[in-house]
Amino acid sequence: MNEWLTTAMIAFPVAAALLVWLVPWSNQVAGSLALLAALVEVGIWINALTRFDFDGAIELEQRHEWFGDLGVSYHVGLLGWSLWLVGMTVVVMAAAIAYAYWTGRESPRAYFGLMLFLTGAIVGVFSSQDLLVFYVFFEAMLIPLYVLVGVWGGPGRLGATIKFVIYTMAGSLLMLAAIVAYGIERGSFDLAEGGLSDNHWIFLGFVIAFAVKAPLFPLHGWLPDAYRESPAEVSAVLSGVVSKAAGFGFLAIAVPLFPEPADDLQPLVLGLATAGLIYGSYLAFRAPDVRGVIAYSSLAQMSLITIGIFSLDDLGSSGAVLHMVNHGLVSAALFLLAGAVERRTSTGEFARLGGMARGRPALATVLMATGIIALAVPGSSAFAGEFLILAGIFDDGWGWAVAGAFAIVLAAMYMLRLISGVLHQDVGPAVPEEALDLRPAELAVIVPLVACLLALSAWPAAITERLSF
Amino acid sequence: MDTPVVDWFALAPALALLAAAGVALLGAVLLPRRAVHAFGAIVAALGFAGAGVAAALLYWKSPEATYEVAEAIRRDRFGALAQMIVAGAGLLAVGISYGHRTRREHVGEYFALLAATGAGMAFFVQATNLMTLFLGLEWFSICLYILCAIEIDRVSSLEAGLKYLIVGSFGSAVLLFGSALVYGATGELEFGAIAAAISDQGLVNDGLVLAGLAMLLAGLGFKASAAPFHMWTPDVYEGAPTPVTAFMSAATKAAALVLTMRILVTAFPAEEELWTVAVAVIACVSLAWGNVAALVQRNLKRMLAYSSVSHAGFMLIAVAANNELGAKALLYYLIPYSAASLGAFGVIAARERELGERVTLDNIGGMGWERPVLGASMWIFMLAFAGLPLTGGFVGKFYVFAAAYEAGWWWLVVAGVIATAISLYYYLAVIRSMYMRMPAELRLVPAGGSPPREALLSTSVVACTAVTVGSFFAVEPLIDLAEKAAAQLPF
Repeated sequence: MNEWLTTAMIAFPVAAALLVWLVPWSNQVAGSLALLAALVEVGIWINALTRFDFDGAIELEQRHEWFGDLGVSYHVGLLGWSLWLVGMTVVVMAAAIAYAYWTGRESPRAYFGLMLFLTGAIVGVFSSQDLLVFYVFFEAMLIPLYVLVGVWGGPGRLGATIKFVIYTMAGSLLMLAAIVAYGIERGSFDLAEGGLSDNHWIFLGFVIAFAVKAPLFPLHGWLPDAYRESPAEVSAVLSGVVSKAAGFGFLAIAVPLFPEPADDLQPLVLGLATAGLIYGSYLAFRAPDVRGVIAYSSLAQMSLITIGIFSLDDLGSSGAVLHMVNHGLVSAALFLLAGAVERRTSTGEFARLGGMARGRPALATVLMATGIIALAVPGSSAFAGEFLILAGIFDDGWGWAVAGAFAIVLAAMYMLRLISGVLHQDVGPAVPEEALDLRPAELAVIVPLVACLLALSAWPAAITERLSF
Repeated sequence: MDTPVVDWFALAPALALLAAAGVALLGAVLLPRRAVHAFGAIVAALGFAGAGVAAALLYWKSPEATYEVAEAIRRDRFGALAQMIVAGAGLLAVGISYGHRTRREHVGEYFALLAATGAGMAFFVQATNLMTLFLGLEWFSICLYILCAIEIDRVSSLEAGLKYLIVGSFGSAVLLFGSALVYGATGELEFGAIAAAISDQGLVNDGLVLAGLAMLLAGLGFKASAAPFHMWTPDVYEGAPTPVTAFMSAATKAAALVLTMRILVTAFPAEEELWTVAVAVIACVSLAWGNVAALVQRNLKRMLAYSSVSHAGFMLIAVAANNELGAKALLYYLIPYSAASLGAFGVIAARERELGERVTLDNIGGMGWERPVLGASMWIFMLAFAGLPLTGGFVGKFYVFAAAYEAGWWWLVVAGVIATAISLYYYLAVIRSMYMRMPAELRLVPAGGSPPREALLSTSVVACTAVTVGSFFAVEPLIDLAEKAAAQLPF
């Protein structure tokens, strides 16, 4: 029973997607079915959590031969830290589907089917224990995203999607070449069986693919347009969940399988990540619209996570995992809030917003709470994550830690600017009097995310002591 | 003089299709006008199905490769698997052809020619002798020339047929000249005997042999649409009736590439340092030229024609690898590629029939929403061409890259990867048009409305989708088939 749980978490949303696509449901029924499926998925994850043994071995493992002659097998399983990433995924996807259901999307059967399919693909990425299975799920994420952004996105969506897909695919194809090289030489594509390699080129192939996905400076060109043009909940998923596939890749594949190249290229990666952290924070501070701030802050936070992973020690990696979960929840909540603001004001530009706190206590409270967790106020889980990352990197050079700490100050600057720009001061020209406070349905979607964050803030050890490192 | 022993079972696939062609022709003459269409289609379908079954039986019953009919053809699993692919392609092509609108005249001849082409290809892939190679090549090529021109009331069809005739004949002539040179140098026609003669008589660096090999490669490259021998492909694919294009893009390529691998591995193992490099270079040129040219196309048939040039490049990488993994990769790749190709042209045929004009990126707009089944299928076919997972196209590319890497051609892997990245742009452009453009931008359908939707075409397209996706999940059985087939080549 246990060994089927992982495959169940992958296959169930895909089966639900097929059901939604193939049967001619009415729009309401399709949305309800999708939401139900997403919630059942969360239930399956909770079940997996209760059965999980955090002792360090791969749990809930399943392996079937796929093509035996090259040593490729369908091998899935979870470690402690990937379990938490899966958990974050299913929670964020449930919130996104709920938000889309409440907001209403055109052609809902197609839309919800794609979202469910995306859920299955992302869970698959986090459960892969075989390089080719990882690649398959990594690419499978892209297929629904292309259509989701391209059909339901904003006015500039065609250019945004083409950039997004070409950037990501270029990176992934380099990774495919690296995978082929590694697997053919080793005779197996399995993560456990393949063994260590000291080939710097293969390592680079992986790093570049993950650097595009995260994204990391300087491969972040696709980021602003994609995040601005997607529907709000798809941006939430892109920023919160899909970018973590890169984190998973670094932590499960690039660093463990290539210890020597990771060590050699550590200064390069740390340098680029630090540059991204500072550059992203600076751009977030200068961004003229809500989505821009969140998008560039995503660049900065993913760079910070990469710094944590490339500290190449357990402290930094624990901090990276905690921060991945945090950032997933935070940026999902922020994007959903940005969506809520946009629905009321038809814009996200700070110049035309302001003073929304007046008469809207729920919006003000939730945005403020999410915002200060995002800026890593001491006491929040984001602070715990960042602290662990900086502690981890300190051993490799105090300079990196200083740069990281400086970026945290910048994070405070751009987050407070976001909060103030939307909520405080004079009422902006685009904010109508009649714009309502957050409706109960929106609260029902966003507050659970914030509640998870608050719970993690109170008890970060729930994750950091259950990582199976 | 003794007549050679003929193993009729080995010839069964070709004979089944020849019989079907004959019966279809007789039906075209003897039956009343109205019955000819259905009769021709059924007979051709039965012919292809029968050939497929015969090929499967042949595969099953050929644990050893043997020479038949005085060493003119080879009965082995490699040929049998290729015949199965051709038969499958033919069957799906019949499904796609059935409702083609201009089918009033020459319907019986059309199906008879389709079956005859299949027969020629089935014969061709078993050829193990320069004479039977040329015979098979001309057999199916002439049938194809006529098929391309069969819509005689449409100028572009006639032009396509004529262009294919002229360029194809030139290619065949080059191939024949090359064969003559090889025969002149070695005194042998049969592939295995040529290899023996080259090594025994020390002809490894002989000018005649090398020139003959080069011309053989060029002639086969013409047929396989490999750059720089592909100049006929875009115009012919565009002008020919879409079902014929569908069949050509799948079956001709399968036959040509399978035979290229057979002749290079069997007849010229001594020259492998030379021809692997030559094939690798041709593969790179095909990848580059095919992808870059496809980027600027608006007409879908031309775009897919250039894309088929790039896929020939991919499959030639498997040939250049010159190892068993490469043969496996080639045979496996042909399966999702053929299915996706037939399906994609089938969807284009459906759109053509709706609109009554050539299908471009503009007028396919909104088709994804209007016709969800065909739209979703086209989406899957484009993903299969691009080599994205959840389609067999991904596994095919993976195997090709694995074969190239195992042979040490790592730069071919990089070239393939770059080509795939470039190709994404135009494959996604099709998906973009179908789903992301609003149907309001379309021109209206011609007066009289669109013809009714066709179940047979949709079924054929869905069957193609099933093969494309199924070959991703059921890799092991298909690779097993390919492995046993590849094992019978003399590596």
